[in-house]
Amino acid sequence: MSLTDILMQQLVNGLVLGSFYALVALGYTMIFGVIKLLNFAHGDVYMVGGFVGFGVLSAVGGTLGADWGGIAVAMFLSMIAMGCLGVVIERVAYHPMLAAPRLSILITALAVSLVLQNSVLTLTDGQITAFRTDLGFGGLEIGHVFITYNQMVLVGTAALLMIALETFVSRTQYGRAMRAVSIDKDMCRLMGIDVAKVIAITFFIGSALAAAAGTMAGAYYGSIWYFMGFLIGLKAFTAAVIGGIGSIPGAMAGGLILGLLEAFGTQIPGIGSEWKDVFSFSILILVLVFKPTGLFGKSETERM
Amino acid sequence: MADDAASRRRRDPAPSRPNTGVAQLLAVFDDPRKFWLAIAVVLVAVAVAPLLFGQYATVILTNALLYVVLCLGLNIVVGYAGLLDLGYAAFFAVGAYAVAILGQQTALGFWAAIPFALVAAAAAGVIIGGPTLRLRSDYLAIVTLGFGEIVRFSARNLEITGAASGISGIEQPSLFGWHIDSPTEFYYVFALLSVFAVIASVRLANSRLGRAWLYVRHDEDAAEAMGIDRVRVKLAAYVIGSIYGAIGGIFFAVNLGAISPESFSFEQSVLILMAVILGGMGKIPGVILGAFIIVLGPELLRDLGELRLLVFAVGLLLIMLFRPSGIWPSRKS
Repeated sequence: MSLTDILMQQLVNGLVLGSFYALVALGYTMIFGVIKLLNFAHGDVYMVGGFVGFGVLSAVGGTLGADWGGIAVAMFLSMIAMGCLGVVIERVAYHPMLAAPRLSILITALAVSLVLQNSVLTLTDGQITAFRTDLGFGGLEIGHVFITYNQMVLVGTAALLMIALETFVSRTQYGRAMRAVSIDKDMCRLMGIDVAKVIAITFFIGSALAAAAGTMAGAYYGSIWYFMGFLIGLKAFTAAVIGGIGSIPGAMAGGLILGLLEAFGTQIPGIGSEWKDVFSFSILILVLVFKPTGLFGKSETERM
Repeated sequence: MADDAASRRRRDPAPSRPNTGVAQLLAVFDDPRKFWLAIAVVLVAVAVAPLLFGQYATVILTNALLYVVLCLGLNIVVGYAGLLDLGYAAFFAVGAYAVAILGQQTALGFWAAIPFALVAAAAAGVIIGGPTLRLRSDYLAIVTLGFGEIVRFSARNLEITGAASGISGIEQPSLFGWHIDSPTEFYYVFALLSVFAVIASVRLANSRLGRAWLYVRHDEDAAEAMGIDRVRVKLAAYVIGSIYGAIGGIFFAVNLGAISPESFSFEQSVLILMAVILGGMGKIPGVILGAFIIVLGPELLRDLGELRLLVFAVGLLLIMLFRPSGIWPSRKS
């Protein structure tokens, strides 16, 4: 394989990885937009979404088949379930804390994350669950670059979800309300916008996107476990920061950029796959230090 | 045993910081003779504990005392300065690995290696805190989390840290011909460290720097307007916290004789943070109580198996929602 082929292959891998990051990063950035909270539990919503998707697929796989048709149903139901979970989390844990000091709400978010993680840990005994599907490994070979059909479907689905989100946010009334709430909550209240409802919708959508990513990742990699939300949560946050936290196009771009950086980064001599995570976290720290507003973010000064 | 530990700790001195509850608690210590008597009782209890309990209990108590040191260190960062640090285990790791590596690769003795380990931890604190303390507080939280993972991944991948299997055969220290090797001896070493940690924490809280932390935590703008350099003050908290962590790590390494990357996982950072929050951020007796709960709790809840982490997690959530100032002090105005 020539260098170009290797790079092209990594481009494909990076796009797949980047799609997952982008979907999870969108939730971070949307939730951050409306309540200025870094939702630590978001990675765990992704993880629980993976498990719910797996559960649904196990239930309906017999009749619908465990290929993309069955997975689509599983993903859809998991998205709805996780959307509701997101709304419940917001209502129970974050809503009472919105007026509390920032440190308290951050710790609350961490506690929610631990509750989700340890609930699944208890239910699964900490074992890795095999996510069995009937997806084949077929694909297209273009030159020396091999792209599986799974990768195409996955990137395509992620793209569709993102287009749908973009349309929702830019074209609908609730999307407009969401953007307004992220700018000035009090003014929105004066204008008659039901802020609590907008926040709930934001949590629903953000969590549903994470669930979609979780189900697809489970089906794609073939396994799920209770700790899988931790790393991707951290990386999706990195992606959101690269794009500029609070910015929806930023989260999409940031996810893809981070996915590509990781895929190409592992090809740099000295950075093997074992250093992959260190590489991403270093990017996170460097971006935060040198360009904390990211690519699309607005600068703002924070006061605790 | 938790009750026993708790009741012993209950007589600990409270820091004289103007927090609700603490002031009331201090009322118990109004009589200075009673106050010192209480401290004497606690110290005697700590001193005779290994004689009363068996070796197993001594080992557990040693672990609890290690957590007291770590939690008091994190308390400076989270409780005093109000910075959320999710990668505190990194400093614990830096201390432990620095001593283990220096012991293996150089002829420096254990005691001579300590300053290097402390400098390494402080340097790590400055490197990670320096650029990020200006940022939003939640950015800081995630950067510390990332940093903790970087340290663990590096320990797992580097040759000098013994990769995934870690470093074993760390020599136990001796002091003036006294070889510290039995569990009981290590218990007393940790008891001494805890006492120093408490004294240092009390002194820090009452110092000029301690007051600066209090202002910065309550109102950063006002503090800055009064001429407090908030970044420097936060950095001081961060570095002092990292030194506490390193001290814990140094003695953790020689106590166990072997360390591996998994001792310094995110879970470790979370456990320490939980102890600080459970007990009550910023309050020394609360933090000590939290450390004991975190260590003794799982021993008592051993039958629950993996459920105990869930129990802790739910407990943390409930405390944040209903009692954000921690379970200690129990009387609130």
